[in-house]
Formats: sequence, C-alpha cells, structure tokens
Amino acid sequence: MLAIACIKQVPDTTQVQIDPETNTLVREGIPFIVNPYDTHALEESLRMHDQFGMRSIALSMGPPNTEATLRKACALGVDEAILLSDRCFGGADTLATSNVLATAIDRLAQEEELGIVFCGKQTIDGDTAQVGPGIASRLGLQQLTLVDKIEHLDLEKKTIRVRRKLEGRHEIVEAPLPVMITTVRELNRPRYPTVPMRLAARDVEVRTWDNATLQIDPETVGLKGSPTWVCKIFSPERDQGEIIGDGVNDPDGTADLLIDKLLSKDLLAL
Amino acid sequence: MTSSKIIILLLFSASGLAFVWSLYRRLSLVQLGQGKGRFDRFGERFGNMLLYAFGQKKVLARPYGVNHAIFFWACLFLVAVNLEFVLAGIFPALHLSHLPDALYVPIRLGSDLFSFLTLGAVAAALVRRTFFPLYPEARNIEGYFIVIIIAVHMLAYFGINATEIAQGQERASAWMPISLFASGFIKGASPAELASLHSLFWWVHAVALLVIFNYLIPFSKHLHVITAIGNCFFRDLDKPNTQPRETFEIGADFGADSVAKLSWKDLFDSFACTECGRCEEACPAHHTGKKLSPRQLIHDIKQNLLANREAIKNGQEPPLPLIGENGEGSCSEESIWDCTTCGACLQACPVFIEHPLKTVKLRRHLVQEKSSFPEELLNLFENSEQRFNPWGIPPSDRGKWCQPFGDRTFDAEQNEYLFFVGCAGAFDNRSKHVTAAVAMIMEAAGVTWGILDKDELCCGDSLRRLGNEYVFDQLAAKNVALFKERGVKKIVTQCPHCFTTLANDYRQYGLDIEVIHHSELIEKLLAENKLTLPQQKKQGKMLFHDSCYLGRHNDNFDAPRQVLKQATGSSLLEFGRNRENGFCCGAGGGRMWMEELSGTRINRERVQEALQQKPETICTACPYCMTMLGDGLKDEGAGEVKVKDIAEVVAEALEGQA
Repeated sequence: MLAIACIKQVPDTTQVQIDPETNTLVREGIPFIVNPYDTHALEESLRMHDQFGMRSIALSMGPPNTEATLRKACALGVDEAILLSDRCFGGADTLATSNVLATAIDRLAQEEELGIVFCGKQTIDGDTAQVGPGIASRLGLQQLTLVDKIEHLDLEKKTIRVRRKLEGRHEIVEAPLPVMITTVRELNRPRYPTVPMRLAARDVEVRTWDNATLQIDPETVGLKGSPTWVCKIFSPERDQGEIIGDGVNDPDGTADLLIDKLLSKDLLAL
Repeated sequence: MTSSKIIILLLFSASGLAFVWSLYRRLSLVQLGQGKGRFDRFGERFGNMLLYAFGQKKVLARPYGVNHAIFFWACLFLVAVNLEFVLAGIFPALHLSHLPDALYVPIRLGSDLFSFLTLGAVAAALVRRTFFPLYPEARNIEGYFIVIIIAVHMLAYFGINATEIAQGQERASAWMPISLFASGFIKGASPAELASLHSLFWWVHAVALLVIFNYLIPFSKHLHVITAIGNCFFRDLDKPNTQPRETFEIGADFGADSVAKLSWKDLFDSFACTECGRCEEACPAHHTGKKLSPRQLIHDIKQNLLANREAIKNGQEPPLPLIGENGEGSCSEESIWDCTTCGACLQACPVFIEHPLKTVKLRRHLVQEKSSFPEELLNLFENSEQRFNPWGIPPSDRGKWCQPFGDRTFDAEQNEYLFFVGCAGAFDNRSKHVTAAVAMIMEAAGVTWGILDKDELCCGDSLRRLGNEYVFDQLAAKNVALFKERGVKKIVTQCPHCFTTLANDYRQYGLDIEVIHHSELIEKLLAENKLTLPQQKKQGKMLFHDSCYLGRHNDNFDAPRQVLKQATGSSLLEFGRNRENGFCCGAGGGRMWMEELSGTRINRERVQEALQQKPETICTACPYCMTMLGDGLKDEGAGEVKVKDIAEVVAEALEGQA
C-alpha cells in the first residue's frame, strides 16, 4: 500500500525580497528549502513505512533542480522519489499543479493500492492551501485537512481516524481509505538524516516523469492550464513605529508607558 | 644450590615471565583501536615524559600530590633495591653487602628512609581515602588493598633488616635508623628464633612483591605505574580539543559505538587512568549534579574493552554496548550530552588523558549514525545547514550591524584583516554591541578591516563539538575556500569559539594564516601605541571570567587581563577558579543550544562564585559566556551587575563616556 508525500521545493521566503521596481520576487542567490509543512508530510509517510510497512514515495513537481530536494527525501529513507518535470508544467497555479500531481498519483495507484496521500497544509511561498484538496477532488479521495494526529489506522478494515486542528478546537474524523491528509507542524517531529543515508542518497536514482510519460493535455498544465494570474506582489506599507521611554535607564517606567500604550489601543484585555 | 634456592629461582622466574606476559597481553589490547602511533617530535615527547612522569609536575600541582610523588620516587628507588632482593635471594653473591661502604651505606640509608617515608605516605593515603576521598566510590577494596600491600611490603622489609641487625649481620646498621629501632623489639630472641623470623619476613616481603607485580600492576588500575609514563610521552602536543576529521565515504564509520572504533590512544588512556578523580572534581557537569563523570567515562571504556576483547579479536559483535544504559563498561547517552568540552578534565588530569575527544566520538556516532540527540538540537542542525547560523536567521541580515560603518565588504587590496564576526556577533542583539565596539577600536587604531557579510558561514564550532561532523565539514570547507578566494591573509574574530575553530580546526582544511582573537589584537595595538585611550574608564569592582575556548584551549589568559587593566587603570578581581582552572559558563560543546535539565545550572554556579566578591562588572571575551553570565545574574536576582566584553570596556575608554 502506498503512502505518498507530495513535497515542494520553495525559495527560503525569509530570504526573499521584493523588487520595488518590478514588484516581483528577487530569487537570485536565494537557497531553496523543502516547504516546512511538507517535511511533516514526508515524515508521516516514512512513519507509515516504519509502522505499517507501507511503501513511502516522495513526489514533487518542479524544475530539474528539484532533484536536490528529492535526494534529501531519499536520505531520510523514502522507498522511491519521483520528479515530475517538464517545460510545459512551468508557471502552474494550484489547479494545474494538482492536475499533474493527481495524474502521477493515479499512475502509481495503477500498480499498487493507494493508501494515503500526505501534503503539507500549505506552502510558504504561495500560502494557498489548495493543492492538497485539489488532488483529493481530482482523485475522489476523502480529504482530511489540518491533521495534527493520526489516532488510528486499520489496514484490515481500511479506515483511518485522525484529529484535525481547528481554530480553538479539535475534531476527530474517521474516513475510509484512500485518503488525502494535509499536515500541520504538530503532527510529528521530522527525523534527521543519518550520514550513511545521506551518502547513499547521493547515488540513488531519482526517476523523472515528463509529460511524455504522464500524457496530460498540455492545455491543462503549466501556465496554459492556470486560470490564476499573479498581477502584483508587494510588501504592505507599515506605519512607522515609535520608540517610547528609555528601556536602558528606566526599564520600569518604560514598561508602564508600554502598558498604557497597549491599553489605549485596546490591545490588552483587562 | 639448595632446594629452597631452587624454589625461589623458579618462583621468581615464573613471576617475572608472568608479569611480562600479562603486561603484553593487556597492553596489546590497545592495538584493537584505530590510528597510528605518536612517535613524532621524539625529543619533545621524551622531555614531557621526564618532566611530567618522572618529575611528577602535574601531580604536584595539587597539595596532596606530594604524597603521590613520595610513593613514586620511593618506588623508583625501591624497585632497584628490590631487584637486588630478588637476585640476592637466588644468588647470594649478588648481595649488596659485597659493595664497598661508600656505596653500600648510602643505599642502605636511602632504603631505610624511603621505606619509612612510604609508610608515612601509606598512612596519609589511608586517612585521605577514608575521610576525604575525592569521590565516594574511591573507598573501594582495590584502593585499600594496594596501600595495605605496600605497607606490608615495607613492614616486612624493616622486619628483614631488623632480624639481620639482631643477628649482627648488618654492618651499616648505624645508618639504618628505622631498622635499628625495629631490631630493639627482637633483641632477646634466640638465633633459631631470629632465623625463623628472618625467613618469615623474607617470605612476607616476597609474597607482597609478587602480589604487586603479578596482580596489582597488570590487572588493576595500578597498571598506571607503567602506562602513565607512556601517556606523558604520547600526550597530544598540539590542541587536544581539536577533533580529527572524518572521511565521508560509503561504508566508513562515523564516530564510535565500540572501543574498536576509538583510537589506540583512547584505549591506552583508559589503562593510564588511576581514577584519582581530579577530572571529575573539576568537571562543571559533574560538579552541578549531572550524570557525566569524566573519570567514569575513562573507566567504562576500559571495562568495555576488557569485556569485549575476545569478541572484537574474533570479529564478532561486541556483547557489551559502549553506548547505553548497561551499567559499568557502558556510557549513558545522557552523560555523553552533558559535556561542555570545557577541557577542565584535560587540565586536571596529571597524565594527559584526553576525555572530551572520546565524548565527541560517541556523539558523532549518535548524531551521524543514529540521528539520536536531544530534540532541541534539531533546529540548530537544520538552521546551520540551511541558513548557516544557529538561529536560522536569514543570511542577508548578517551584515546589518555594520550599517553605521558603511559598506565594509572585505577587499584584500584595501583591508589588512578579515573581521570574521561570527554568528553571535552578527545576530545576537547583545553581542552586536561588542562587534561594533571591536570595529570602533580597529577604526581608532587605523587597522583596516572588512567583512564577508552574508557570505560568511557559521564557523561550525558547536556542530563539531556536538558530533555533527558532516555539516561541520561542509561549513569548514566552504569557509576556507571563501577565505582563499577572497585573498584573506589575516583574520580577527571576536568569539573564542570562532577563534579556536579557525585557528586550530581549520588547519585540517589547509587554512594556515594568522588568526587572532580581538583580545590579543587590542593588546597588541595598545602595546604598539597604535591604539591610545584618551582616558581610563573605571568599571567599579571588576571580575574577569576566562572563556574555556580562549584560555584553557588556547592559552590566552593574559591578553584580556592586560587590556582591562590598561582601559580601566584599575586592578582586576579574580574568581577563585581562574585561568587554567577556570570554571565553564555552561555553553561550550554546543551546550549553548541545549536545555540543562538535570542538576543545578552551571551558569548559576559560576555567577554565585562571582557574587561572593560583590563585583559591579563581570568582564568576559566571549559571546557565549556573556549570555550565560547575564542570564545567571538575572536568575540570581543580581541584574544590576553588568556583564561587558573587554572590547566594550576599551570602547568606553575611547569615547570617554559611559
């Protein structure tokens, strides 16, 4: 049974700046990282492998350099890493991305029974949280979003019970397999790769599937298949802050001033 | 030859052979370890051996060491005399009495006095072991057994002499005050009684000797009488806290989870240890109630080697794991993580055992082969690898502190020094003030400097001491390549951890240029009058805390003190534990990034020690120490005491204002 983790290589957004002239992201020289939420998706698929003997697969759509990210997944111990890469996949929005990922998952499911697809709850560059649900909709999977705990997995009855982390409350949900789960940070603590695994991952073959393999209608992928267009990116103007008091010489007085200020803005509930 | 002589001959021959054989058997076990012998710089090594083994220099660094020195020197003398005892027992013609008086009398006098001194040392040892042991487990059977055997041996020696004097056979009796005194007790005995007494004492003396040579030396911690001499010869002549590199190839071992993966010297160390407990007493982790004891670590390595030797020789899996909760012979993971690599144990050990090196090898295994480490380290590891600093702050912020100084990108043509700011200096808000102070001082002295800004990577000190050699290796290689690419000739650091890493560890990566810590640079600039301070700025009662990585690991004790004296015009207070014996702040060895969950806090202990002197300012020259002492002062409710880096004190004197 398959436990597939969909992961995305993203620019380290803490290091990305916006070019004020062109209103685009300056990505030059910015290191790529695995989308932090996806590291939890990957970890959970590895745990499915460790605990239930499922086959863990890391799947990523992106340019050829995404191979580095998949190699990291190999160092962590996935059974297989597959890169979905084709020029025509470029410029995709969430609709087009979920199309490619769903097609690839469907292809994998032809050969082996699909158990769970794990996705991070959202990416830190797009923040849409749409790709996971998009995959579920396309493949007709039960979708369990914002999962912070897997309560029970019964491979005999093929059911799963999870806890969803919602605003101010938890929700326990049960669903029949196969399911699509989006993961939050609280779900697990991602493992750290051992050196022997890192070294072995250097030589592992990362399979690449292009559109010749996937055979998707080019009109439904990449830029062409993306109805969403980003018009402008900008940093919101922020009001100038102010320095109150003298924290070095009069910490107590400054703390009083700060509390008065917060009260006057109604930011402190008393 | 009489039958008794034949028995003696056979007995001593067998004993001598057994002694050599058992020594060979035991010491050849070190060959199960890795690495090559240390026979380079032979003269220097030989000198070390004379000074530290035969001269007992480090043993005598502590008052009680006098007692050991008496044992040792008396033993050296008495070994020679005992050789005569053995030989004369078999071949009476070899008896010392055949020597002329000019030689014979001094030897007899010396033997008498040394034997008596040894008895005194035995008494002192018994009192100490019973009433003031350095650690409670020192009150063990083996510890008492050796001193008692020595006492028996000495008493029997006096017994032999006393009977010989009573028999009128000792011509030097007037020069043997103790033996002469003892002979008074048996004056009235008949010749037959004296003969039996002589025989009794002779055999007691002989049996004690056999026990020492055929049991205590080869099979107990008293093997150190031989191995400690070797250990002084084989000591690390460079920096014993600079861990060796690892090669990252498929199939290699990363770190050690078995004694066979330790170095031969690690194993030899375990045989050189006499479990005196000085390391344990000096260890900040042990001192604050944590699980780690450097003494126990070395003992466990020895016990593990002894338990696993057959399996290792036969290429089998060792039955007793080196890491784990298996009692004696096994090191618990908790104790492995307790170490701050401060080197207090290295300093305390009279025979140069290298404790932290072993701890780091065990950590390397845990991190690199098992991914098993305290969970708070995961962030450190990921951040260091992805954003090249421990906090995971964007590298683009690294040069922000420098904005008031304008663009200071390093330029080999224009700049004398590369200012390797370090992560704390670049990102920690408190340490940024120190960085600015160092920059200001260099400006005032006309020293040209530049920074690598966002291209500087963490030096990797914490990673290396925590055993994450793989990531350290990447950072080190990239930093060194960058230094070469930019044509760096001299580097100044404001952090002892960066300093030691660049100056010592990076040598392994081919970096062979001047690396200087800011304390030394400032001292030099002051001495050369390139830096002049318009006025001295008083700091009130001022204490200086030695950073382990500046002081103990790099022998820089004087420069920061000298700088402080010149900047303030006042004398310094000293901690009770200072300089070589300084007490760690608790942040070294990557402990900066870890929780301190067991025992009391090391930084609070250090701060309590400081507060006894009621200082107004505690000075340091290390960002980690600064954080730890500052936090400790707040915890102790002494937030009014200031913690300042020496550079800040100098900068204040430059500005002439607070």
